[in-house]
Amino acid sequence: MTVRLRAPRRLAAIASVSVLALSLAACGGTTKESSSSEGGAAGGGAASANPNAPIKKGLKIAFLPKQVNNPYETIVDKAGIEAAKEYGGEAKEVGPSDASASSQVSYINTLVQQRHDAILIAANDENAVCGPLKQAMSRNIKVVSYDSDTAKDCRNLFINQASSEEIGRSQVKLLSDMIGGKGEIAILSATANATNQNTWIRFMQDELKKPEYSGLKLVKIAYGDDDDQKSFQQTQGLLQAYPNLKGIISPTTVGIAAAARYISGSKYKGKVTLTGLGTPNQMRQFVKDGTVQKFALWDPKNLGYLASYAAAALASGQITGQQGETFKAGKLGSRTIGANGEVILGPPTVFDKNNIDQYDF
Amino acid sequence: MRFDPRGLLRWESAVILLLVVVFFGGAGISPDFANSDNLSFALGDLSEIALIALPMTLLVVCGQVDLSVASVLGLCSALTGALWDAGWALETIFVVVLVVGLVCGLVNGWLVTRLGLPSLAVTIGTMTLYRGLAYVVLGTEAISQFPQRYADLATQSVPGTPVPYPMALFALLALVTGVALHATGIGRSLFAIGSQEDAAYFAGIRVKRIKLVLFVISGLVAGFAGIVYTLRYGSARADNGLGLELTVIAAVLLGGIDFDGGKGTLGGVIAAVLLIGLLRNLLMLNDVSTEIQSIVTGLLLIVSVLTPRLIAVVRETRGRQRGPRPEAPAPAATS
Repeated sequence: MTVRLRAPRRLAAIASVSVLALSLAACGGTTKESSSSEGGAAGGGAASANPNAPIKKGLKIAFLPKQVNNPYETIVDKAGIEAAKEYGGEAKEVGPSDASASSQVSYINTLVQQRHDAILIAANDENAVCGPLKQAMSRNIKVVSYDSDTAKDCRNLFINQASSEEIGRSQVKLLSDMIGGKGEIAILSATANATNQNTWIRFMQDELKKPEYSGLKLVKIAYGDDDDQKSFQQTQGLLQAYPNLKGIISPTTVGIAAAARYISGSKYKGKVTLTGLGTPNQMRQFVKDGTVQKFALWDPKNLGYLASYAAAALASGQITGQQGETFKAGKLGSRTIGANGEVILGPPTVFDKNNIDQYDF
Repeated sequence: MRFDPRGLLRWESAVILLLVVVFFGGAGISPDFANSDNLSFALGDLSEIALIALPMTLLVVCGQVDLSVASVLGLCSALTGALWDAGWALETIFVVVLVVGLVCGLVNGWLVTRLGLPSLAVTIGTMTLYRGLAYVVLGTEAISQFPQRYADLATQSVPGTPVPYPMALFALLALVTGVALHATGIGRSLFAIGSQEDAAYFAGIRVKRIKLVLFVISGLVAGFAGIVYTLRYGSARADNGLGLELTVIAAVLLGGIDFDGGKGTLGGVIAAVLLIGLLRNLLMLNDVSTEIQSIVTGLLLIVSVLTPRLIAVVRETRGRQRGPRPEAPAPAATS
């Protein structure tokens, strides 16, 4: 045993001594309990709303999607930019090319510097964007979240595409109506920890407890990880493992398209009913060839349109974001702010072979 | 005393000049660019990149590279979140996390020096390994609600300046690193190792020891950057800092450090870090799309790697024309 410590050991020794010293020193340090909610809420709740105020002309608003070049978000943002033209505002879309948690932050700071009247954001991380958004609100910039919410005190309004409860329950009803309320069913979801999907599935399971669905039996929840190949294989696996399967609900656009592709080329076509959330462009061929009768989705164009009008109403002082306030959203009519500053777009649109050609997204 | 024009031809001078052009040009184009709020945002955005660039410079001068830094950052961020969520005191967490960063560096250094593996290969491996561990620690969760006074330390500026605290710390560390690299014997041995490792070894430089210590410092600083990142964004996640290592290495190369080791100055790297940050901010303020931003940064990097080589080639040809022909092997007479 050598007496002289070699570098790594010396380092380790120093490290462990300092850990000990500092952990002792840190007794009674800052823990989660001792520092609960130091930060106060930002944003002007003091201002009063004037429902009759006209929408200001030349409002500068900006859409900050999760990432640019995401086809879904592009549709939403484009519709919002169109809406801004209707009320004489100026809108644009900027954003990062990756959907990482922090990449939106520098964009928010830039938008603040450019002195926009309102920022509309689909948050990648509900907390990472919070600090800069609060700063924006403290400079009287209105913040509206859409598609994916931020923490409640970091925005004035959240435009919810549809209530989670409604999405979950309506899909069970849709499937039950098509298969006559009887038989084994399965769910093909995205990833096992996807927040959206899991909330919807909880409501589906709750809906299934109702007596009118006593003939339906949920046999399996499969996860295709929002990967086309994997969702395809999972569908294949489901149909082999449960030969009596009557219906599949896939509440994800990737899942439903992959499942439809598998079923359309298999012997199960016409025997198994598939429904869920999909986009008309992805599903058009499967609706036309009879693989799928009906599926649902909110109209992303209306989402962008509503968000754009909500931002304009905030920036013009028609509303302040308090529950119960009402504003007009162009062709969509008027909307009322619900609990937690949420505005709900409405029930999802159901697509079938009669109406699918009216939609292009 | 004669003026040596070659000093101006150094790449670092070009980067510094470009930085000055971007700064004053930017101030001319966008009225919002040079105000202290915006500069503070732009500098704050560079915190982690700038901090990690310091040890990375030392490593690259030595002919080594550490690709695992962003993953160490992610692991340390995830760990900070997990321990905070478990009710630990933040002060204790800082110490634990720094030790974890240090150990990550130690593993890299050990694999490189004891097993003699190339650092590129080793750190590609540990990059994946540490990121994987980060997901083991925190999964896809995000932990937030860190105490305001620590968050302020990561985001607020030193009173009276547009410089956020992490960047002030960076300035201090940069000074120390600069002196160590350019004015001490240890600094000279780094250059020696980078240009001729065997020669350095036979000259009595403890090559392995120095490399090991550099990897440890790199891990430690990356761990610290993980804490800064977590507090700055107020969100601990396993995917924090994904891809950051490439920006750091881009800055180091743009700053004129030769990727083969042995050449370059820290001043160049600091100028390059600032250049990348200000340029990105300026492009964003002018609504230039992300694609174009990546193209600009990419081109800049290629130019930075290419130009010194071109200059060397030009010099060599000129020298050949003027001076006596270098000893070229006589064409072998064919039999």
